[in-house]
Amino acid sequence: MVPLFTAAAVVTGCGGPFPQSTLAPRSDFSAAVNTLFTGIFWWAVVVFVIVEGLLLFVIIRYRRREGAGEPRPLHGHTALEIGWTLAPALILVFIAVPTMRTIFATAGHAPAGALRVEVVGHQWWWEYRYPDLGIVTANELHLPVGTPVQLELTTADVIHSFWVPRLGGKRDLTPGRVTRIAFTADSAGEFSGQCAEFCGASHANMRLRVFVQPDSAFRAWVAGQRAQPAAPAPGSLAERGREDFARGACIACHTIAGLPQARGIVGPNLTHVGSRTTIAGALFPNTTEYLRRWIDDAPSLKPGALMPAIVLPDDELSALVAYLQSLR
Amino acid sequence: MKSWLTTTDHKRIGMLYFWTALVFFLIGGLEALVIRAQLARPEGIGVSAEIYNQMFTMHGTTMVFLALMPLSAAFFNYIVPLQIGARDVAFPRLNAFSYWVFLLGGLFLNASFVAGPLFGAAHLSVAPDAGWFGYANLTSRQFSPGPNIDFWVLGLLILGIASLAAGFNFIVTILNMRAPGMKLMRLPVFSWMTLVTQFIVITAFPVITVALVLLMFDRFFGTHFFVPAGGGDPILWQHLFWLFGHPEVYILILPAMGIISEVLPTFSRKPLFGYTVVVYSGVLIGFMGWGVWSHHMFAVGLGPIADSVFSATTMLIAVPTGVKIFNWIGTMWGGQLRFTTAMLFAVGFIAMFIIGGLSGVSHASPPADLQQTDTYYVVAHIHYVLFGGTMLGLFAGMYYWWPKMTGRRLSETLGKWHFWLTFVGMNLSFFPMHFSGLLGMPRRIYTYGAELGVTRLNEISTAGAFLLGVAVLVFLVNLWRTRTRGEPAGNDPWQGATLEWATTSPPPVYNFTVLPRVESRLPLWATEHHGAMAPLPATPPAPIHVPGGSWWPLVTALGLPLIAVAALSHQLWLALAGVAVVIAGIYRWAYEPFEA
Repeated sequence: MVPLFTAAAVVTGCGGPFPQSTLAPRSDFSAAVNTLFTGIFWWAVVVFVIVEGLLLFVIIRYRRREGAGEPRPLHGHTALEIGWTLAPALILVFIAVPTMRTIFATAGHAPAGALRVEVVGHQWWWEYRYPDLGIVTANELHLPVGTPVQLELTTADVIHSFWVPRLGGKRDLTPGRVTRIAFTADSAGEFSGQCAEFCGASHANMRLRVFVQPDSAFRAWVAGQRAQPAAPAPGSLAERGREDFARGACIACHTIAGLPQARGIVGPNLTHVGSRTTIAGALFPNTTEYLRRWIDDAPSLKPGALMPAIVLPDDELSALVAYLQSLR
Repeated sequence: MKSWLTTTDHKRIGMLYFWTALVFFLIGGLEALVIRAQLARPEGIGVSAEIYNQMFTMHGTTMVFLALMPLSAAFFNYIVPLQIGARDVAFPRLNAFSYWVFLLGGLFLNASFVAGPLFGAAHLSVAPDAGWFGYANLTSRQFSPGPNIDFWVLGLLILGIASLAAGFNFIVTILNMRAPGMKLMRLPVFSWMTLVTQFIVITAFPVITVALVLLMFDRFFGTHFFVPAGGGDPILWQHLFWLFGHPEVYILILPAMGIISEVLPTFSRKPLFGYTVVVYSGVLIGFMGWGVWSHHMFAVGLGPIADSVFSATTMLIAVPTGVKIFNWIGTMWGGQLRFTTAMLFAVGFIAMFIIGGLSGVSHASPPADLQQTDTYYVVAHIHYVLFGGTMLGLFAGMYYWWPKMTGRRLSETLGKWHFWLTFVGMNLSFFPMHFSGLLGMPRRIYTYGAELGVTRLNEISTAGAFLLGVAVLVFLVNLWRTRTRGEPAGNDPWQGATLEWATTSPPPVYNFTVLPRVESRLPLWATEHHGAMAPLPATPPAPIHVPGGSWWPLVTALGLPLIAVAALSHQLWLALAGVAVVIAGIYRWAYEPFEA
């Protein structure tokens, strides 16, 4: 199946690497779905070839020919009718049995001892809470390779759908409910995903990254996230930015551990924002330029973004950006 | 002009439905082209997120409610009374009312494109923007404060009235107005599928009406049916919407299946293979369509038991559908196939519907669906079913019945261009979507990154969509040219077997000079047991009473958008005025003198 699609992709000029391909599974969940779909796909190919072949045969063989008499009026044929009712039903049994098996295997319940992560959807970004590790972060999910993971999904506003195709199928985040995804990633790497349920103006911009890491790297990341970020050096630009942050509008929406004034929960937790590779719902690289543009006028970069444009003098903006980058 | 505004003739109303739905089809097509133009490149060509979201919402809403359903209705109106040998529908004025309500509902919905300034909006357009499925709680006043969703709720409520009125009308017509001897099992398959469709309409539309009324209460009066903070449940909306929405799919496809069940026998010179099986499988699909709705909700997380049950019912519905396909192929087997444009579209329907059916089976499997739902894979699926199926079937019907409706045949040369451009265009547009979906492109996104690797696939889809646009232009030229230069059709240009071919083209206002007496399933064909029906006399032997026109269906219909505008503008007096117009219209309608 994968080679087939790769061939099709090469023919159409897309080389890959297809970061959101459902056909290149890297977890037990996505592998089970891929195996199931491959089976269904080949059944579909068989039926397609037979039925379209029959159709082609009929329209070629029975074209009107000059001089041919009136066709025999055939009203039906009971044995044939029964045959072509039972044949598809039989094929469906071959699809239904593995389907039912996979439904229960992918129902979302991880074994005891799995790493729990609470995923909270927001218009238009993702909040991740590791209740057993005391970590709160946004948009970039870090997971250890080979360890069962239990995601518990809820939403702060409207319905979203969490989807990282190479790690598993999607599951909706519904107000007032907790839904679940469980999987074990089988190889380290960076995986991209995005919201799959239409959720308003910037639905297309609600993206996410998953970093599946070897155990040691994951433990190092956990240690880094649990520590408070180092205070900026006295007199540095970053320290000025820290003062501006604490005095300004930022604290109404954002939390930064170690900055007592910053306790907002409407926007992403920024405690370690400098350690992330992307900003704004995994939409832009976490660079000086994008941070400046984002603070200056977020809605122009991301339609409907709830973070307002914040007009600041140039030096104040530079200081803020320096501070955010120091939060590693 | 006046005679068109007051007409109660099913044939004129059929033509009104046709032209109105065609205009809406073009509008929906233009919306599709905006969507495809935007997606031709990563990061788009400059359509804003807000406008894009309005475009895909209105594209879906328009194609389902304002194009495909009313194009089917055009044939219900024009053809069914002729096929069953009746002089008109059971309730001619109610029929006119249905049309006017449909027209006004469509205009009301589309008025949102230019109504922005009236609501102090920053943009001209305040069209609905939460998808044709309008999932709660995104549609709540909190998350959609503008008038956009109000237009959608009120517009669909108006359109539902049109569908319900027409549904009852055609059920009564088909059950009670059949010509002598036309037993139910002699009913042409198109009329049979119309009957099944109307039963689905009158049972499914109340469900969405309830859902829309609840949503209207949430938005206008602060109730909490779908608001979780107030104890409501947004999942309730999904159940109600899809409990309507899936039967709606069969409302869209069954008429097209009926059409090709007429076209294939005519151009194969053979009766439909397994008439009884085709009819019963249509009825069965109508029933089973009620038991599959949650397959739209596998990603919700309803639990493995519910998922298994809905997966099984969904796979089962593939069986009667497959049976129909085999029977159509059986109809052609051993025939003398004439590949007119109508026949090409009918065969195209079968070829494309197979693909849509097979991809449908793949997301009947819930785990597979967890990867496929809300991606372009599903966009590919619905377009193979609703364009490759319904739309090709409707085109087949247009080429087949246009001679009957206008007295002139559409050009076969242009028709073949139309077919092949459509066939190539749709496959170019929709087939690559299977791949872009499996490669991880979600639907309803106004932009995507180049790193996704689906740019070339999207370029191809866009090229195909514009080719479809060219195909539609060819069709319009064909329609235009046929007005004056089309070849005269005669009564029966295709040697059809059913009663509509027994009368003139176009038929006189009373349809048949004498009501035909039906002795077989294919009255105009000689079969083993029956000769062909004798031709009808050219002039009526006795005068035929034809009801005159009436203003009251139009007046009554006008009251409904008044009520909707009142709700939008919060003017109680206007609402009362609208109610007064409706009541006055019904009152005068009820007491209209019976005249010749």
